[in-house]
Amino acid sequence: MEWLNALVQGTLLGGLYALFAAGLSLIFGVMRLVNIAHGDLIVLAAYLGLSVTTTLGLHPLLALLMVMPAMAAIGYAVQRGVLNQTLGDDLLPPLLVTFGLSVIIQNGLLEVYTADPQKLNAGALETASVAVGGLSLGLLPLLTFGIAVAVIWGLQWTFYHTALGRAFRAVSDNQDIAQLMGLIRHHIFGLAMALALAVTALAGILLGVRTSFDPSIGGGRLIFGFEAVIIGGLGNLWGTLAGGVILGVAQTLGAKIDPGWQVLSGHIAFLLILAVRPNGLFPRISA
Amino acid sequence: MTTFLKLENLSKAFGAVKVADDLSFALARGEALGIIGPNGAGKTSMFNLITGTLSPNSGKVFFDGRDMTSLNAAQRCRAGMARSFQVPQPFSGMTVFENAMIAATQAAGLRGREAEQSCLKVLDQTGLLSKSNTTAGNLTLLERKRLELTRALCANPKLLLLDEIAGGLTEAECASLVQTIKDIHASGVSVIWIEHVVHALLAVVDRLIVIDFGRKIAEGEPQTIMESPEVQEIYLGIEVDA
Repeated sequence: MEWLNALVQGTLLGGLYALFAAGLSLIFGVMRLVNIAHGDLIVLAAYLGLSVTTTLGLHPLLALLMVMPAMAAIGYAVQRGVLNQTLGDDLLPPLLVTFGLSVIIQNGLLEVYTADPQKLNAGALETASVAVGGLSLGLLPLLTFGIAVAVIWGLQWTFYHTALGRAFRAVSDNQDIAQLMGLIRHHIFGLAMALALAVTALAGILLGVRTSFDPSIGGGRLIFGFEAVIIGGLGNLWGTLAGGVILGVAQTLGAKIDPGWQVLSGHIAFLLILAVRPNGLFPRISA
Repeated sequence: MTTFLKLENLSKAFGAVKVADDLSFALARGEALGIIGPNGAGKTSMFNLITGTLSPNSGKVFFDGRDMTSLNAAQRCRAGMARSFQVPQPFSGMTVFENAMIAATQAAGLRGREAEQSCLKVLDQTGLLSKSNTTAGNLTLLERKRLELTRALCANPKLLLLDEIAGGLTEAECASLVQTIKDIHASGVSVIWIEHVVHALLAVVDRLIVIDFGRKIAEGEPQTIMESPEVQEIYLGIEVDA
């Protein structure tokens, strides 16, 4: 029963990792940009949530109504103002610039919020649980997993059933032809980053409610996000959810053996899958 | 007739290779213009300069009364020019219908039902209606060529630029394509057509321009041009179709 419990808790934790990863996956899929600052943007969203909840006294989930548009706006501005200029045939410039952004965000957060660990206060939601077949499931992890599934479904639907999604896929397929068809690439990339950071806002707030955070933890979240994306296969959003779940399960099962093995066993699972399936478990069929 | 498109002293060189050398000509509104010349003469580069994929070293492009020279490809497309590629370049991961919809929504600015209706009409016209839900990457070469034309037409262009669209087609396919292009031209769309299949070209265009080494070497009535010594010299023994 304890192992089953670890399995279920790990699956639910995977929802949070999938939310970390969804934005990364979307950005890489649309513009082949590897965003090193992604983890720090998650932490930035958590801090924005902290500011909104403490100054306005709102519940963290209500604060999303302000943090999501704010992060989307930041995303659009950063993409148009900085990242678009770095995109080209070479992968290195965007890598270096997002690494720089990562340093800037971390130090900015240190300056404004100090290095003290913080936490978002979600009241009764943090401890509420439901009993299912002998297992006690936290309401927050369940909610997180539900949101992750809804976000992945929503992104998938956007990609395949809306004009915006069609535009994302067209620029992803062939940027030059897309330009000749009247698509303004820089604007579409801005919208993709806005959407990705709106998802990041969700991830940041849910992270902040679940655990304490400080300006330095972005790097770790970035690694978890990367691992989920790569386990699932690049460019496949449902695969990203599966990747998050595999990572979450590996971590909780590892922690069951020895609490010190939690993070390590996640990395080992990732390396094993990478060794056996270098393209991930569910790579996108059309390359 | 009023001037619709004007190229003014366009020059473009890649190192020592001149793809456009002081190139000037004008197109009247509603005119159909044919471009011929040997391979590597700079015909496709001229399309790239007109549509904004290449920017010239010097010279200007005017379209529909506006200076296009500093505008990018997307802006020029929205101003009303659309092109097909000699080597078809569909969005290969998307369906035929989605390919068409990109042009209808982004280039022509249509929305929802209106965009769908417009795409269906064009797909019917170009004979791809039954392939609407096929992924573009799975089309045959001929179907891809038709998709090129479809996408260009869904952009609802005022000026249609065709790059060797008839190459590789059978006689019957070519005849039906010529009819389609005639219909499009008759509906008021100006056409510039680069083509090696000269008899297809002559069935549609009002005027011919001959290009070689990025320079315009002859211009005029199609029959006169085809009989001129320069063209005879260029084409003799080079082009089987001529």
